[in-house]
Amino acid sequence: MPDEQDLLQAEPPKREIIGTGYTFGTVTDQIASVVLTKRTPLFWFASFAVGFGLLLVFLWSVVLLLAKGVGIWGIRMPVAWGFAITNFVWWIGIGHAGTLISAILLLLNQQWRNSINRFAEAMTLFAVASAGMFPLLHLGRPWLFYWLFPYPNSMAVQPNFRSPLVWDVFAVSTYATVSLLFWFVGLLPDLATLRDRSTHRLPRFLYGILAMGWRGSARHWASHEVASLLLAGLATPLVLSVHTVVSFDFTIAIVPGWHSTFFPPYFVAGAIYSGFAMVLVLAIPLRKVYGLEGLITLRHLQNSAKVLLATGLIVAYSYVMEQFMAWYGGNT
Amino acid sequence: MSKKPEKLDLAAIRKRLENTRGRTFWRSLEELAGSEDFEEMMHREFPRYASEWESVEERRNFLKLMGASLALAGLTACTRQPTEHIMPYVRQPEDLVPGKPLFFATAMPLSGIATGLLVESHEGRPTKAEGNPDHPGSLGACDVFSQASVLGLYDPDRSQALTFEGEIRSWGGFTTALRGALDTQKGKQGAGLRILTETVSSPTLADQIRGVLTSFPQAKWHQWEPAGAHSARSGAQLAFGQPVHTYYNLENAAVIVSLDADFLASGPGSLRYARQFAMRRRVEGGRTEMNRLYVLEPFPSATGTKADHRMPVKAAEVEAFAWALAKGLGVDVGAQAPSSAAFAKWGGPIIRDLQNHRGAGLVIAGEQQSPAVHALAHAMNQALGNTGKTVFYTDPVEANPVDQVASLRDLVKDLDAGAVDLLLIVGGNPVFTAPVELGLKDRLKKAKLRVHLGLYEDETSAVCQWHLPEAHFLEAWSDARALDGTVSIMQPLIAPLYRGKSAHEVITMLTETPERSGYELVKSYWQSQHKGADFEQWWRRSVHDGIMDGSALPPKTVALKTGWAAAAAPPKPAEGLEVVFRPDPGLYDGRFANNGWLQEFPKPVTKLSWDNAAFLSPATAARLGLNTGDLVELRYGGWKVRAPIYVQPGHADGSTTLHLGFGRYRCGHVGDGVGFSAYGMRTADALWRDAGLEMAKVGGGYPFASVQNFHILEPERHTVRMADIQDYRKNPEVVHEGAEVPPRSLTLYPEFKYEGYAWGMAIDLNACTGCGACMVACQAENNIPVVGKDQVRRGRDMHWIRVDSYYSGSPETPEIYNQPVPCQQCENAPCELVCPVQATSHSSEGLNDMVYNRCVGTRYCSNNCPYKVRRFNFFLYSDYTTPSLTLLHNPDVTVRSRGVMEKCTYCVQRINYAKIEAEKQNRRVRDGDIQTACQASCPSEAIVFGDINDPNSRVSKMKAEKRNYGLLAELNTRPRTTYLATLRNPNPEIES
Repeated sequence: MPDEQDLLQAEPPKREIIGTGYTFGTVTDQIASVVLTKRTPLFWFASFAVGFGLLLVFLWSVVLLLAKGVGIWGIRMPVAWGFAITNFVWWIGIGHAGTLISAILLLLNQQWRNSINRFAEAMTLFAVASAGMFPLLHLGRPWLFYWLFPYPNSMAVQPNFRSPLVWDVFAVSTYATVSLLFWFVGLLPDLATLRDRSTHRLPRFLYGILAMGWRGSARHWASHEVASLLLAGLATPLVLSVHTVVSFDFTIAIVPGWHSTFFPPYFVAGAIYSGFAMVLVLAIPLRKVYGLEGLITLRHLQNSAKVLLATGLIVAYSYVMEQFMAWYGGNT
Repeated sequence: MSKKPEKLDLAAIRKRLENTRGRTFWRSLEELAGSEDFEEMMHREFPRYASEWESVEERRNFLKLMGASLALAGLTACTRQPTEHIMPYVRQPEDLVPGKPLFFATAMPLSGIATGLLVESHEGRPTKAEGNPDHPGSLGACDVFSQASVLGLYDPDRSQALTFEGEIRSWGGFTTALRGALDTQKGKQGAGLRILTETVSSPTLADQIRGVLTSFPQAKWHQWEPAGAHSARSGAQLAFGQPVHTYYNLENAAVIVSLDADFLASGPGSLRYARQFAMRRRVEGGRTEMNRLYVLEPFPSATGTKADHRMPVKAAEVEAFAWALAKGLGVDVGAQAPSSAAFAKWGGPIIRDLQNHRGAGLVIAGEQQSPAVHALAHAMNQALGNTGKTVFYTDPVEANPVDQVASLRDLVKDLDAGAVDLLLIVGGNPVFTAPVELGLKDRLKKAKLRVHLGLYEDETSAVCQWHLPEAHFLEAWSDARALDGTVSIMQPLIAPLYRGKSAHEVITMLTETPERSGYELVKSYWQSQHKGADFEQWWRRSVHDGIMDGSALPPKTVALKTGWAAAAAPPKPAEGLEVVFRPDPGLYDGRFANNGWLQEFPKPVTKLSWDNAAFLSPATAARLGLNTGDLVELRYGGWKVRAPIYVQPGHADGSTTLHLGFGRYRCGHVGDGVGFSAYGMRTADALWRDAGLEMAKVGGGYPFASVQNFHILEPERHTVRMADIQDYRKNPEVVHEGAEVPPRSLTLYPEFKYEGYAWGMAIDLNACTGCGACMVACQAENNIPVVGKDQVRRGRDMHWIRVDSYYSGSPETPEIYNQPVPCQQCENAPCELVCPVQATSHSSEGLNDMVYNRCVGTRYCSNNCPYKVRRFNFFLYSDYTTPSLTLLHNPDVTVRSRGVMEKCTYCVQRINYAKIEAEKQNRRVRDGDIQTACQASCPSEAIVFGDINDPNSRVSKMKAEKRNYGLLAELNTRPRTTYLATLRNPNPEIES
């Protein structure tokens, strides 16, 4: 643990985002080496084993759930939601940081985002994928989940567009699509770099497919820039809308304690708060183990911490207001 | 886990109540005390112990339960329903149109008294019992026992084979063995033959047994009915010197004093009494007259909830009160010098009230009271000139009125003397139910050959060599008398499922070769009674109608025996803790212990399901340092029983109530080991009550499944509305004080238009007794599964209609209110809005239709339902596999699978049936064509259903009453189910 003096020294000069002495070449070298290394480090296998173990627990739980029914979660009347919906809201929230970093910060021309946006976006995608599973598993009859989508069918029955759960379907699927596109578009030059640098045929072939013919021409870069901006423009409202729609699940209901107007900002703030927290949870070990301290500098951590502080205060205010409203409404 | 307060903090409760202004309602002591547990429960999304269902033991319990009353077919993911093949009839039976139910009149006997039924039969299988409107004991209503009898019929745990010492034998084998034993008896004139029955009111059976006694003059007929009318029988003997049967006409009663009598909800005649009582409480169409009910009782009964004045007093104090009241009314009570605190408080006003209503008053003594109290009630009714107006006397309804305790003692004496060679136990379960000190379990073995006829291989079968499977009353021909003596011919709805035989068919084996069938026996008996040439026609009519015309016993005049008061036992001193035994509102004397519907049915007032308890008043519990859930050892006269404590507001101080019927150990998968057996300390000398109970705490944390706090609504939201009749007369709006209804314009969506029918329901809280018949009726009609204690504790009970209890006033002497809550079928339904797949949507007639096969199970509708009437299949609760139970299902109602929401539909299958019938006749559905299952069963006609587009329908008229209100109407849900506020008619002379 470096003392405070070290931390201050490690800080890059003002207006500089990454450590001194980096060039495009060295940045590329360092990042590509993480992926194209010959010897996958042991801790990678260890982490993979842990992750895989957790995945197996998840799969076992899902099998159990499908075999027995949602009753195993201990949910009951009068509040028949619980485990799954909590998880859904949580995962959607986690996903928010990626979009915020890639879209809003791009529009605001915050250069420092470039160091962390890619893995934050990846995190978003996985978070949304996780989030998407829970509403389906939450159903009493999960195998009929597709009834929530408006698709032409012989029964001529469509979903109920008055229901916030249907809004959820649209909000989350739009969010997942835009996030995926954003991530992929941003990844194109990187994939091309990996294609060019890999020494084996199979990775070269696979990266080649994924790079979609990227050659790094000025034209490519110009189109890439425009596409990124457009996608950022699309994604920006989503940052605010997705969790707002999720919060509608509760606010539209007339359940005392849920039926409340401050839930949308409360949810969005909470989402960004937890999302940035997750970015840090991932970034801090990453920069350590891969020696990326020069790329993800303390400046990044500080900026993230500022966002955390701001959204944390909003969430704290919301908690206080929630209690106050409950007391004021005589619903203690 | 937060720590439970060791003792009830009564002082805190009182203080809380003092700080409130006006009438406040509360739901339970835990709420009042502001206990942490309650707060936590109300605010937790999940009940504490709800999180798993994983332990092997729990799973096994659940599976066990399913085995009998439901079954978990698809614990292994598979919710696929079995393939069924439909085959046409080769020869179409007469009258049978597939899909169209037939109704047959029959009757259900309980403790010898019959309730007339019309049983619905689908393609030859009985599925639902309804009351027979022509029957005097039913008047069209139905109690929980008869509702649940169809489940009893199909119970897979019923004994399915005739056994000799556990090995399966044939009926032929049994008759051979019986003949051998009888041949020996013939030589001894039957000196070694004993027949033990329950109370018999069947004229045919009585005639048969008398025939046996003629053939075997030395043989004896014993009777034992554990929850029978022992006190009433002895009381009549005491007062009149002869066995006399009493019944009442509450239609003529303006002032009723109940001496510990739960006449509205338990005991024979309760259906009829509830109807008559409610008739005098219909404050409708400008009528504002009401009867007045005083109740003195130790345990808050359904009747107690209807009382205008209810005083919780010890059962012994009721007796003292009765003596004092009788004296005050001018009855010659001999040397008795009664003193009663209750009388000092209420005696004067009640006496004046009764005397002002001579001939229109009524004093009713409860079965738990001593014979002396029954005699006093007779004397008071005679002194007030009520006889022939509100009270009627007839010859006994039971065929052989004997002192059953003496009869049982006689049997025990003969057993001890080794004089019993052949003991034939026809029905009943005496080993479990007989007074404990008689020790029948061991003593019965002294009889050389023991034969038990029963529906189940029960505790008694275990000590008998022969067990004969009995035919259920829905499988056999028989007859029985109603409370006024009217005879019903009971006809079978189905051939015996397990080749069982009825009591008639077994008794006849004693005297006849070859045996005749039950049909021949019953018919030939009546042929001997009705000798006219029109017999065939008369017989057919009697069977068809379910009652025998003119067979009611004529009322007779009886005079009090002189000196009866001196002969009456003086009141026992009420020192120490008192113990009172009661038949359970669900399991009765234990015979229904294996019936899942009755186990799960939350009992009136206590809302306890799957358990009995030692009930204590809050003050007594506080004095003894006990609280709900503590385990105690009860000691009484050398007998010991372990029981959990349940603190019940409104219970009398110094008294403990124990319900009989639980703690069965050989009844089947459902009932084995549920609760504790109060029979374990019930002695022949104190069948119903005695003093001298001791209790010592031996543990705690007993988990009860009381649904009281689960779905019930916030009482401060004006959920229950009430007024005193005096105030109501002055200003009917008084019931709605403080409540608000938003304007109709408060919605974004256009209003629905209801052009044809618009179905609605009105529930008169002034009539509802909270008996719970509607709950079981609904369960039977709508294929509602049983989920078991564990699931009930998790708030997953499935009843589509529930009866909430609210208290108001102090915990010691609260007023108790009942409120049945089915789906409110809102016009502005919060559930419809939020369902993503439109599985619940609004019908053109205003129903919130639930489309099961569209439901994906998001449970959003349930979250958003302010009334909490939606029920979710968290697991696969319905039984698709147990063969006998599939016969039980109502084919008109979908059996719901796992993961599907369900709720009250206003019995949409009945609505559609009536609509189709009406359409065939090219007319509109007439008012009264449709009766929902709850409405049909309701003894007090509290529930009324109909078309609110028709201003002349009964329901429209009720909704036009000033008392009418919508539950939580301030949410702008516009419920179609509305309530009529309850009214009380207190005596102005009594300070409340």
